[in-house]
Amino acid sequence: MLKQAVFQSKLLPYLLVLPQLAVVLVFFYWPAGQAVIQSFLMQDAFGLSTVFVWFDNYRELLADPDYFAAILRTFAFSFAIALSSLSLALLLAVMADRPLRGSTFYRTLLIWPYAVAPPVVGVLWIFMLNPSLGVIAHGLRALGIDWNPLLDGHQAALLIILAAAWKQISYNFLFFLAGLQAIPASVIEAAAIDGARPMRRFWTIIFPLLSPTIFFLIVVNVVYAFFETFGIIDTMTRGGPAKATETLVYKVYSDGLLGGNLGSSAAQSVILMGIVIALTAFQFRFVERKVNY
Amino acid sequence: MAFRSFGPTAAAATAIAVTLAMAAPAQAVTEIQWWHAMTGGNNEVVVKLANDFNASQSDYKVVPAYKGSYPDTMNAGIAAFRAGNAPHIMQVFEVGTATMMSATGAVKPVYKLMQETGETFDPNAYLPAITGYYSTSKGEMLSFPFNSSSMVMWVNLDALKKAGITEIPKTWPQVFDDAKKLKAAGYATCGFSTAWVTWANLEQLSAWHNVPLASKANGLDGFDTKLEFNGPVQIKHLEKLIELQKDKTYDYSGRTNAGEGRFTSGECPLFLTSSGFFGNVKSQAKFNWTNAPMPYYPDVQGAPQNSIIGGASLWVMGGKTPEEYKGVAKFLAFLSDTDRQVAIHKASGYLPITKAAYEKAKADGFYNEQPYLETPIKELTNKPPTENSRGLRLGNMVQLRDLWAEEIEQALAGKKTAKEALDAAVTRGNTMLRQFEKTAVR
Repeated sequence: MLKQAVFQSKLLPYLLVLPQLAVVLVFFYWPAGQAVIQSFLMQDAFGLSTVFVWFDNYRELLADPDYFAAILRTFAFSFAIALSSLSLALLLAVMADRPLRGSTFYRTLLIWPYAVAPPVVGVLWIFMLNPSLGVIAHGLRALGIDWNPLLDGHQAALLIILAAAWKQISYNFLFFLAGLQAIPASVIEAAAIDGARPMRRFWTIIFPLLSPTIFFLIVVNVVYAFFETFGIIDTMTRGGPAKATETLVYKVYSDGLLGGNLGSSAAQSVILMGIVIALTAFQFRFVERKVNY
Repeated sequence: MAFRSFGPTAAAATAIAVTLAMAAPAQAVTEIQWWHAMTGGNNEVVVKLANDFNASQSDYKVVPAYKGSYPDTMNAGIAAFRAGNAPHIMQVFEVGTATMMSATGAVKPVYKLMQETGETFDPNAYLPAITGYYSTSKGEMLSFPFNSSSMVMWVNLDALKKAGITEIPKTWPQVFDDAKKLKAAGYATCGFSTAWVTWANLEQLSAWHNVPLASKANGLDGFDTKLEFNGPVQIKHLEKLIELQKDKTYDYSGRTNAGEGRFTSGECPLFLTSSGFFGNVKSQAKFNWTNAPMPYYPDVQGAPQNSIIGGASLWVMGGKTPEEYKGVAKFLAFLSDTDRQVAIHKASGYLPITKAAYEKAKADGFYNEQPYLETPIKELTNKPPTENSRGLRLGNMVQLRDLWAEEIEQALAGKKTAKEALDAAVTRGNTMLRQFEKTAVR
């Protein structure tokens, strides 16, 4: 149950939320509104000639098979990134939750990658996996694998998923660890006394009790995969080879900023916003019902 | 939730920040803002030029500002223009030329600026191979060439010796043979390669063999240009690359210059990229090196023709006061000075833009010591430019290049034949050009 705060004056609560509202208005609603307006216009890069074209930008997008390919690709990426980083983080968190000597040290190490900016992550992985310079790439070649993400779209996609998932593991780990530590030890001990083995204890007790954390992280991870992977893609593959790593957010950037087609870019932003709002709403409506709080 | 919009809001915000940052006290001198994308040693050249100009007179002050990469600088300039405070001078890379040109009113053509301000300006003093790229079909100079380069073949001489090759290859068939020998001599992962895959294998290849890349003189004569690079020369070349990619005699090095390190590390002994790569080769290569003109197919009539330039030029933005324009014109005249051009050329490795500066560098014996700095000029001035080799001017060129590269990548990965890939690149590219034509201001 939420606590009810009782205010003496009518005005005070509004005053208290005003700063937050102002921030949201200026940094979210205003630009989002601008994007909506822009998506109905056709402009040259300099904004010298503006034509109001109603839904032309949207129509062109929806008639473009490339755009649908980008949507599918983005979902595939999100799924792969969320699944791999969540499962690995959960495994690590369960391991780190034990009373180990030096556990603080391990935890700190595991959390570290979260502090690395996405473009830097991209550069780091490129150093390891660049076909001509990379340490790992040399190893792969020695094993007889033809490693060439510059030309092989599947390998490039794998590269992005690896780097993006690696960065997100830390964040997920933190939340899982906190979630695990919130589970009362007595419940687990009782199960242990009743003879439940560790695996069974995990699936019947720990996992269900972690479900709110898992649900929250799924939302966060999907949004992360949709937006935050931009820096990684830009430094690693720039959407190539042959669009194999062009996600929706990268397409918005390349059409708008590199191509100067602001109308189409804005229309894509609006659709992207719609997709994410729908996703989040869907998750909160349907997934949340299955969550035990 | 993070939601990014790259609309005019972002532009306005940038512009406001820029204005705040530049709010300077009013002075008697007129300030000329110069936005550029030069880093490292070239940034020092820019700063020195501005300082020298400011010291040479007391009415005007040129203030250079580094704005990030080429695309970043261009976007910053466009955003500032939309917010109503563009810089006076903006450095734009060659592929942004069509976008700048189409913006009538946003830019002030250089020839007009010089006419109106009455500054000394002789269009014939400049090397036509360079200024042609930035001029109308009538020869009116639209932007001022600042740092120009061209594409050359960088050669690892030690590797050639190791493979028993006595002569630097001049033609493509020779390059293919030599690359096979080099591969056998231990360069197993890359006999030869190119940076800037489209610039090398479509744009320069077409000009160098006097075949069209696009109609209307490659777009110089109008925005209603159509792509035409799916001809026999380009298809034959791509077919060869596909065949050699299979055993790594040729190995793809990406769309930009990110693969250039493969030459300096000694991995790729023959490597086509910009002549502007000179500074890095000089400081990083631990072997004997030189460069040579791009290879050509001897069975193509008239080849080699002449190469086209890369690099960037200075655009003068519109909507400024006559007094400010006077300062900009004086600065451009200052840059054209022969001794200054020679100095820029020697310091940066970029090409001199006036005939007089080139002659002076020659007379000084500069090229006897460093012949590789003359290679791009020899390529550019190899023959008088034709319709196919004056330059190119295609809208949305940054994206066009990405789109062409996508198709070439598919061909090299064995998913398409050379013809299928180039046909698709032409068709998809034309759709994009029509889109640009619709939005371009005429």
